[in-house]
Amino acid sequence: MEVSKLLGFLLRRGVKAAVVVLAIVVCNFLLVHAAPGDPASVIAGQSGAADAVFLEQLRRQFGLDQPLHVQLWIYVKSVLSLDLGFSHRQQQAVSLLVLERLPATLLLTGAAFVFAVTLGVTLGALAAQRVGKWADSLITVVALTFYATPLFWVGLMLVLVFSVWLEWLPSFGMSSVGADLHGLAVVWDVAQHLLLPALTLGLFYLAVYARLTRATMLEVADQDFVKTARAKGVPEGRILRSHILRNALLPVITFAGIQAGQLLGGSILVETVFAWPGIGRLAFEALLARDYPVLLGVFFCTSVMVVLFNLVTDLLYAIIDPRVEVAG
Amino acid sequence: MTVSRRGLLAATAAVPGLMRVQDAQAQGIAPRRGGTLTTMLTPEPPVLQIGVNNQGPTLVIASKMFQSLLSFTPALEPIPVLAKSWTISPDGKEYVFTLQEGVKFHDGQPMTAEDVIFSIMKFHTELAPRARAVFALIESATAPDPLTVRIVLKQPFQPFLLMFDASACAIVPKHLFDGQDYRTAPAVQRPVGTGPFRFAEWQRGNFVRLERFADYWKPGQPYLDAIIYRVVPDSQSRRLAIETGQAQLTQANDIEPFDVPALRAKPNLEVNVKGWEYFSPVSWIELNHRVKPLDDMRVRQAISMAIDRNFIAQRLWFGVGKPATNPVASTTRFHDAGAKVAAYDVRAANALLDAAGHKANAQGVRFTLKHLVLPYGEIWSRLGEYLKQAFRQVGIALELESTDAGSWARRVGAWEYETTINFVYQFGDPTLGVERTYVSTNIQKVTFTNTGGYSNPKVDELFATARGSADPKDRQAAFSAVQKILCEEVPQIWLMEMAFPTIHDKKLRNVITTGLGVHTSFDDVFLTA
Repeated sequence: MEVSKLLGFLLRRGVKAAVVVLAIVVCNFLLVHAAPGDPASVIAGQSGAADAVFLEQLRRQFGLDQPLHVQLWIYVKSVLSLDLGFSHRQQQAVSLLVLERLPATLLLTGAAFVFAVTLGVTLGALAAQRVGKWADSLITVVALTFYATPLFWVGLMLVLVFSVWLEWLPSFGMSSVGADLHGLAVVWDVAQHLLLPALTLGLFYLAVYARLTRATMLEVADQDFVKTARAKGVPEGRILRSHILRNALLPVITFAGIQAGQLLGGSILVETVFAWPGIGRLAFEALLARDYPVLLGVFFCTSVMVVLFNLVTDLLYAIIDPRVEVAG
Repeated sequence: MTVSRRGLLAATAAVPGLMRVQDAQAQGIAPRRGGTLTTMLTPEPPVLQIGVNNQGPTLVIASKMFQSLLSFTPALEPIPVLAKSWTISPDGKEYVFTLQEGVKFHDGQPMTAEDVIFSIMKFHTELAPRARAVFALIESATAPDPLTVRIVLKQPFQPFLLMFDASACAIVPKHLFDGQDYRTAPAVQRPVGTGPFRFAEWQRGNFVRLERFADYWKPGQPYLDAIIYRVVPDSQSRRLAIETGQAQLTQANDIEPFDVPALRAKPNLEVNVKGWEYFSPVSWIELNHRVKPLDDMRVRQAISMAIDRNFIAQRLWFGVGKPATNPVASTTRFHDAGAKVAAYDVRAANALLDAAGHKANAQGVRFTLKHLVLPYGEIWSRLGEYLKQAFRQVGIALELESTDAGSWARRVGAWEYETTINFVYQFGDPTLGVERTYVSTNIQKVTFTNTGGYSNPKVDELFATARGSADPKDRQAAFSAVQKILCEEVPQIWLMEMAFPTIHDKKLRNVITTGLGVHTSFDDVFLTA
């Protein structure tokens, strides 16, 4: 692949991506403001006492006394200068609130992602290799069970077994608070807290990867070039790895690309059940409180991630399968 | 009427639950210094500065960092906190508070009368609607010396002292707020008060950590080294946390009422429903009187008789709280046990609706009402389902509508509902917490005013009399009369005198010692070994 061609591709896609993100920002803004209620009425509702002065003070402070199009213009201008705004409700810059939650979310979704992809592809490959045998059936049944079971239920059951009955792992949180740990002890502590939520989230996606890998591998295994390789006497293990699996990976990468784009969104359910201080909960709570700047900030970050990962996926195609060329 | 501190102590000594440290010592359990209390906070507040935010969870955590002049016993008698003693002039207009010596803020600055006056006259008056309404009655607040505050009212206001609890008027440091926008001052992010615990760390979405304030004005206290408030958004996860010992205390809405019986059975846990006397929330079916036929008194009486309040208290709330038969909670001053709504009687309710001319159609339905379900947890959805059944028994079809907190507050504030559920704190005195729902002068498009739109000149007059009288006897007479009228006209359908379970490990002592329960400073709370 020539460098100039790649640069041209990246430039064209970059411009498209910017337009898409801007359109998303405007749509999000209008959608969020279309929800009934505003942050002032929510705060009044939660405080148990209110008067007209109180509501008016809050609306003025939050900038809600301006007409909607003025608010939109102010917001777009600040986003263009890479300023995500200020949460008046929490008295914090939105970028700060998002950045504070980002590591927790990336750790959880990243761990779940790696777990799901590696184990899912492996199990899928194993099932394809032993198609029709008991191992295939077992993998299929287990994968479908986890796919079909609601996430929060899996989470609660894992907690019941590993936290309540066996007392091996903590049932919530990301670390032991106030334990004053250092160095490796911190890593071990976080790992213990991470295991159950990452497993819960990962088990769901594992099923998708296993099914996808199995199906596409079976499809590829029937094709002529595989038969040719076999006829030439290529060892079975190499056929599986280099001929079948590599060709079967494209749909898996497509799916992984989509999922990777959603990593930032986290999982509200898993974060809620395990009290994981991630970004999914930040967005959900901001929605309930009508904390518009925070909600828009999270939406902005996730949409940028989705666009970015789509780009990376397209580039990965070209590396895995040289027949695919980049073109914008 | 002059109240001296000595007289007060004599009065309060008889109140059980006040002298808990001494009680514990009498049982041979000396308070133990040390240990960290892990508890929970639901939902996570946006800021922890009381005044700027007065949501329930903020009050729970801020009451450890901030104090006011007084606190209150379960019988609502004042207990000295930052005010060592006080006197009230015979005409009920002049209040003189003598402050504790040696009280320091967490930043080391001494707390003086100037801070008290600033907190009352500026900080809370500007920020908090409840304080604004009462402190508008103050003619002057002066400091004859750094440890004395003299407040003169424009007119007598008997419930005045009730405003000096930390949840209503926390004393904040003047030097950190004066001359700034109170909502955006840096101190809002790192609260500084005089309480036994000071702000240490807040990881949003995760935990808030408070640590022991070494210069606290009570020698040797507090006993705990730290309090950690974990943010656990799922109620089942919270239940697991207290069951597995990962937390030692739950409060307010942490545990759903239907999980309480199972936790009561745990030998290491104590379940307490006391400690809400000051707030005494009463819940009701809120009726919008602008919606026909809810303006008809007979219809409201019929609805009230169609509700089995014992069923609600026992089967939905599992005994946490009790049936409400009167707009004034029985723990609030001036409650008149003689005034009661008509008892549960489906047949009489049907007869009333027949008499009011609401004929049932072929399906047995007289008319249809919409019900906006209170979006504050699963218990309210269950209540909605019960009400649907109960209303159907008297031929009223209730259509349940779901919503979220933002929409609920907006719709109730805009009068865009037919029926919903509402509950408000009573703050110890009907003038402070009950009047607002029933007087016609408070019909406003704002939540927690008289959003239902009930109006009765006699009720207005009686509440005004009770508000302006200095003599408790006159006030009782007016409140008794108004309770009688309200029980007759049932402007709203009262359901429950609410309470919330405080569940804690038995090793944790002195959790509930006042009428404020978990909203006190915890300076005497300790963990046994």
